[in-house]
Formats: sequence, C-alpha cells, structure tokens
Amino acid sequence: MHVVPFRALDLDDVALVGGKSAHLGDLIQAGFPVPPGFAVTAAAFDAVVQQHVDELLAGIDTEEVAALEQKAEHVRAVVESLDVPQEIAAAVAEGYRRLGDELNLAAPPVAVRSSAIAEDAADASFAGMQSTYLWLRGADEVLAGVRRCWASYFNAEALAYRAQHGGAAGMSVAVQCMVDARVAGVMFTLNPVTGDPSSIAIEAGYGLGVTVVGGEVTPDSYLFSKVTRELVRSAIGAKEVECVAAAEGGGTVVREVEAERRARPCLEPAEVERLADLGRRVERHYGRAQDIEWAIDRRLDEIFLLQARPETVWSQKPKVAAAQSSLAAIVATFTGGKPAR
Amino acid sequence: MTDGFRSPFDIETPEGAEGWEEMYPYYVLFDPARRAEEEQRFWFYNGMHFPEPMPAFDMITAESCYLSIGLYQGRVFSIPTVLGIEHRVVNGYVYITSNEVTDPDTIAQRLETFLPRIGFYYENWDTLVDRWQAEVDKRIAELSTLEIPRLRELEDEQELIHDHKLGSNYRLMTAYDRCLHLYNELNQLHFELLLLAYGAYLTFFQFCQSAFPDMRLQVMAQMIAGYDTTMMRPDDELKGLAAKALELGVDGTFAGGRTPEDVLAELRESDAGRAWIDDLESRKHPWFFMSTGDGFYHHHRAWADDPRLPFAAIGGYVAQLRDGTELARPKEQLLAERERIAAECRELLPGDDERRQFDEMLGLCRHVFPHAEGHKFFIEHWGTSLFFNKLREVGAVLAEHGFFEDAEDVFHLNIHEVHEALSDLGLAWAAGTAARGTLYWPPRVARRKEILARLAQWTPPPALGAVPEVISDPTVQLLWGITADRLRAWAGGAEAGVHGYAASPGVVDGVARVVRDVNEIGTVRQGEVLVCSVTAPSWAPVFPKISAAVSDIGGMMSHAAIIAREYGLPAVVGTGHATKQIKTGDRVRVDGDNGTVTILD
Repeated sequence: MHVVPFRALDLDDVALVGGKSAHLGDLIQAGFPVPPGFAVTAAAFDAVVQQHVDELLAGIDTEEVAALEQKAEHVRAVVESLDVPQEIAAAVAEGYRRLGDELNLAAPPVAVRSSAIAEDAADASFAGMQSTYLWLRGADEVLAGVRRCWASYFNAEALAYRAQHGGAAGMSVAVQCMVDARVAGVMFTLNPVTGDPSSIAIEAGYGLGVTVVGGEVTPDSYLFSKVTRELVRSAIGAKEVECVAAAEGGGTVVREVEAERRARPCLEPAEVERLADLGRRVERHYGRAQDIEWAIDRRLDEIFLLQARPETVWSQKPKVAAAQSSLAAIVATFTGGKPAR
Repeated sequence: MTDGFRSPFDIETPEGAEGWEEMYPYYVLFDPARRAEEEQRFWFYNGMHFPEPMPAFDMITAESCYLSIGLYQGRVFSIPTVLGIEHRVVNGYVYITSNEVTDPDTIAQRLETFLPRIGFYYENWDTLVDRWQAEVDKRIAELSTLEIPRLRELEDEQELIHDHKLGSNYRLMTAYDRCLHLYNELNQLHFELLLLAYGAYLTFFQFCQSAFPDMRLQVMAQMIAGYDTTMMRPDDELKGLAAKALELGVDGTFAGGRTPEDVLAELRESDAGRAWIDDLESRKHPWFFMSTGDGFYHHHRAWADDPRLPFAAIGGYVAQLRDGTELARPKEQLLAERERIAAECRELLPGDDERRQFDEMLGLCRHVFPHAEGHKFFIEHWGTSLFFNKLREVGAVLAEHGFFEDAEDVFHLNIHEVHEALSDLGLAWAAGTAARGTLYWPPRVARRKEILARLAQWTPPPALGAVPEVISDPTVQLLWGITADRLRAWAGGAEAGVHGYAASPGVVDGVARVVRDVNEIGTVRQGEVLVCSVTAPSWAPVFPKISAAVSDIGGMMSHAAIIAREYGLPAVVGTGHATKQIKTGDRVRVDGDNGTVTILD
C-alpha cells in the first residue's frame, strides 16, 4: 500500500506512515478539524529508495562534519533522480485527484512534508530536520515534492542525528491540503517556560505558520489559563513578515507586514480562547501535553490543526515527589523559611 | 545598620505630637538602651490591623494578640523556625517583627515537640473547634453580664452587712481586671486554631505553586473559600430586613439618607413600621455586635451602638430590591465555579500521588475555612464590642466622679493607667475626698487627643530596620504578603503608580471614592471604586454598590480580598499608599489581574 488517506489512518499506522500522518489520521477520526490529505507510505519509500541506501551511504562518515554536507547533497541529487515505478507515481496522482474531488477543486494547493518513521515519535524529536514544501499544485508538483522529501532523508543533520541516536527507519510523506492562513502558529498545552500544565502558550503570526515555526518573525504570544479560562498574559510581537501564497506561479512568498497590522495583536481574545479549547481537547485526547501547529483560514475563519505531537521537554522532567501526608506537607511549610533577598 | 530601611531611632516626631510616647507602656517603645539590637531587626508596619494611630487604651488589642500568637507559635506548638511576634509603637503606629529561630539544633529539637502537638490538632479539629466555641461562648456570656459597680454615697446595707459582699471600690477594680482578663482570654483562644488553619492554607498554596507555577494566589484562595461563613451572616440579616421593609410596605421610610433615629421614629407611627422594628429586634442578636471596623479600635462601634452603617446598607438594599436586583449572593454559581476550578487543577496534576495530596490539602483547607473566617465574628466583633462597652461603663464611673467630661475619655488612658485611676478613685471615694485624677487627667486627655490628631496626618513608612535573611513565619507571608519582592519594592522607595496584590480578578475603570474612616462609608455612590485604608468585614454592605476595591493594607486572605472575590469585583489590596496617592473623583483603572491601579486623569 503506497498511498493512504489521512482519514483511514490511526496510531497503529506509525510504522507505515510515521508519527505525523498517523496523528493527523487519529485526530480526524476523533473529529478534530484537520485539513484532509494522504500519506505516501514508508512502503513507497522502501520500494524506491531503501534498496539503494547501503550503496548510497557507502563511504560516508558522519563524523567528518566538513565533508558530510557535500556528500549528502550528492546523495540527495541521486535520490531525486531515481526512477519511481509507475504504480507508485499513479497512486500519488490518484491520491491527489481524490483530494481534489473531496474539496471540489481541480488542483488544490497542498503542503508536502516528510514524516519520519521513528521508534518512538515522542522521544526522537526531528524538529528542523523535516522538509516542508508549501503550496504545490498538480500531480507533477506533488510527486516532485515527494521525491524531495525522500531526498531529505539524507540531509546532513538527519544523517548525523541517526548515526548518534538511531531512530528513523524510513520515511513517509504527508500530502495535506493547504490552509490559506490569515494567522497561524504553534501552541503548547503547557507553559514551555515554567512547565505549568495549567497554562496554554500560543505563538501567532500573520500568514502561514512557517515564519513562526522557523523563527523568522517575533510572534505575538499569549498565555491562557485552562483553569480560570482567562488570558493571563499577552505580548504583541513585531511580526515583521508573513508567508502567503504567491500571486502566480505557485509556491509562497514572504512579504513585509504593514506597520498598522504589526502593532496590533493578530488574535482576538475569543480566538485565543477557541484555540486554547481546541488544544485542551487534543491534550485530553492523548492524555499528555501537546505541541500543536495550527492555522486560521482566511476565508472560513476556522481553526485547523496541521500537526500535533507530544510535548517532550517538560513531560520528561522528573516530578517533585508528593509529600507522604498532608501533615508532613504542613510541617514542611512551618519549617521551611522563604529567602527574603 | 548594614542595609535596609530607616532606623526606628531616626524617625522624627511630627510637629505638635511631641510626647506621644507617654501614652504607651514603656515596653512597646523602642529603647535607646538596646538600639544596636533593635535596629538590626526587620520591623514592618502592621497597617492591616492597626491602620490608625493607637489611642492609649486600644494598645490592649495589639498586646493581647501578641501575647497569644507567641504563646502558641513559640511555647505551645513549638513551631521549629519561629517564636513569637514583637511589637513596638512609632509615632502611634504599630510595627511588628517575627522572632525567627535560626540555630539548626534548636530547630531540630523544636520539631520533635511540634509534630505530635499539631498532629493532635489537625486530627481532632472538629472536636477542638467545638471545645473552642464553648470556651468562647462562656467568656462572652460572662462579659455580657459582668456588673460594673457604681460608687454611691452609701453602700447598701443588705449587700455589705448581711450578704457580706465586697465594697464597691474593691468590686470596681475587680470588675475592670475581669474585663481585661476575659478579653485576653478570648484572644488566647483567637490564635489557638487560627495559626494552624493558616498553616494549612499556606501548605496548599505552596503545593499549587509548585504544580502550577503560573497560577495566581487568588485562584488558589478561590478553591478554598466557602460561602456560608459566619462573617456573612450580619450582612445577610440586613438583606432580610430590607426584604421585610418591602413586604410590610414601609420601604419608603428608608429612602434618601435619613438618620436611623428619623427612620425609627417614623416606623413607630404605624403597625407595619412597628412590625418591622420587631423584626429588627429579633434579628439583631448577636449579629449587630458586628463592629464597624475590624475590632481593634474602641471607636469602631458595633452596629447595635452606631446603627448608621446597617441602616445605610438597608436603605441601599431596599433601593436595589425596588429596582428588581437580586440580593442573594450568586452562591450556586460561585460554588460551581469553585468546583470547576478545583476539578481542572486536579485533572492537570501529573499523577495519582499528587492528586491524593491535592484532595487531602484542599479538603483540609475547606474544613478549616469556616473557623478561619468565622472566628472573627466571635473574637473581634462580638467579644471585642462587649469589652469596649464594659470599658465605657468604667469610663462612666470615672466621669461621674470628675475624672473626665465624657466616659469615652477613658480610652485615652492605657490599661495600666486605668488601674491607677481606679485606685485613685477607690481611695478618694473611701476617704471622702476628691480624687487627684480629677485634676491630673483632664489636661492629659485633652493633650492626647491633640497628639492623636497630629499623628493621624503622618504616614508611617512600611518598614524599618534591616532587611531580613529569611521569612519563616507562615502568617507573616500569608496575611501581610511579605515576600522578597515586596521588600525590594519598599526598599526601592515609591514606585510609579499604585501597586499591590492582585486579590480579585478583572479590570474596571471607574471614579474613585477615598474612604479613610468607616463613618464615611455612606458617601460611597453606586459604581464607584472604593479606595480605603483597610476594609473590615462590616464593610460588606458597601460591596454590592462598588465596581472595584483598592486598599492600602491587606493580603490575599484579608477580608477585602475574600469579599471582593465573592462579589466578583476586581480588587487590589496591600498597595501601601493608595489612599494618599488617589483622590476622590480621580478616574482610575483597577487591574485585579496584575495588582495595579492606574490614575487615568
């Protein structure tokens, strides 16, 4: 099976489609607003690329940092030029056509992103080592995007990371319908600074979320309390640029944001609340803190989840042990002074 | 002095208040003979309880409390890191310091005694609350019925000869002593359970703070608060009386700022009015022992003695009822919100151990809450109002014999001087001469009134002496909110704007009404922002009128904070100087989320 729609996936499919697509499928099945799409499975990667891996990697030493980038670039060029069997190319084209039918669009713009097959997606954080190609249209562009994602398996950082940590055992690709985002960003269902699980931290910028995720802008930041359901704090970021669909020729462009829009918050308080509620629901669904990418559609004014993965920093910190009893805790109160300076 | 605040020995006496020291016992004054020791300590102004300069007699309220706090912390519970609280008077204002234990061996030793002793209290809480109540009731009953004898021309034949009673002069001195003892005993009881209740609060707060570092203290306090506290009862009675006025059709009598005397006079004219007065009489006891203050000053009279506040409140409630406003506090809604917040927190805890501890701590806090709130009515209001009224009777005897023009003047003598005056009177009466005090006291009382008026114009600095290394005393942290941040702010001098504790959430713009004294509370108009030095529980009736509350003094669990949360009003407490920085009529923004007040124009 080389192509599977998201809605047919769940968490049992991690080995086939990677954590990202499996989670998207699971979220769709649970009723969350996720743009439709399909996964090009690890089986496709295996059929096209895996057989050549040993030969491709022969003579590459990940310790040799200086030479690694150059060699990796060569490998990627080779991967991008590998023959894709007709059967797989057709499956990708068919997947794309069905997506268009579903959306009632001839050539829906899609994002093509790599979805690594890791032993445990929660532990092996491949942030920054995954490739994303935005606003591709037409089956040819999509297939080209898929090839480039496959090639990204041989990024220097990814090679070095795997050499050190092991982990990824192949590559799946997620093809997801684009959200034409007015505002987008990331959301942690805890405060990443203090670790407070009663807070939801949101960062938001104009346009597609890539500028926020990639640190290209200083986003607005919002801290919302799950407990009191109030916006506890917010800070208006500079939001210097926004990434939007190119007017013609496909792809995206990054443009400056005019001063007036930069000066005001890009999310209304009610939108923060809607986002936080959605984040809290995802967190409840998985029973642990989540790191979520989201976008608000320009026309529909609806929030979409583009990705959800377990938060990995605070979730792994050892917890302060609970006291033996209330009395022991009270004793600690009476015996523990507070430094006054 | 190494670093820190001004030395208590460098504080100047305001002009015209020279000689203020003579009002107070020697042991509450800073003493140059132990200057080195005293100025190395951290003293903070206890404006939360003593926001006004102390009349000489009223120092008993501070003395009585610190007798008990130290007794329980230091000598009964053996709290490992803290002994008692010391107090001093500077220019008539009360400063306190907590006596910390720092030696690790002593701390370890005290810990061994501490554990079983407080364990017993928490394990037997309900029984001990019942025992406490019985002890308090007994003393209140005795104070209520205590006879203050008059000194007549001739003693009664039956009493002295046949019944063999003691002479009136002896009995007067004994009765005064008994008053003092009963008041002190009530104050011993005051802190028996209270400190442990605060210990439970603080433990819960610290637990929440470690689990939820972003969580505001007010949210934690909100989880604890109950809504049927004894302290709310007097206000509920006023609402009942307002409803009764409407029911009887006498509500028109309450319209438009008339005095209680005029209202009562009109009500006496009709059957319906008399029925309302009957209702008032049936509801009064004991709830009208509510003081118009916090129970630390003689001039904060009980509602029964100064009905202006309850009548003004009834008038306000009548007007609200006529407008169709629901007077009942939104209890169901508040309780549901409290449960929702607690359930959210519980769910967010990382594991079952934490959830078990959360449940236990929250359960304990809610269990001790009724006592922690309710004790105030019995001690600070009922007991203290009775005590001061007995002293008025003593004052009346002294006035009758020429010591004062007015019985109230007795409050310008300190507790020891009243002893002297009664000895003087007893001797003179027995001897059949005029007492020396008739010449001695009138000029002194007049001078002391003048001194107090001068001292009232003076602003006490928030802290004196050295910056402490640690703050161990849980009550100091909880009630006065004294933290490292606060100390830094104080040491840094005046900050721009008005900052305090975010006691109740929300942001409101409104017109300020500065109220220095409870007697001015009638001036508050609908929708105004109340700016006061400290709000006492008896101020509750004004809360439905106002849009936000700001106080100079107070912590997260202070009364203003609790009531404001209950009414859902933004509140900023413990600002230090709001009543001096803000003027009536200023437009202000009260930010109860961040603890700031901004003067808009």
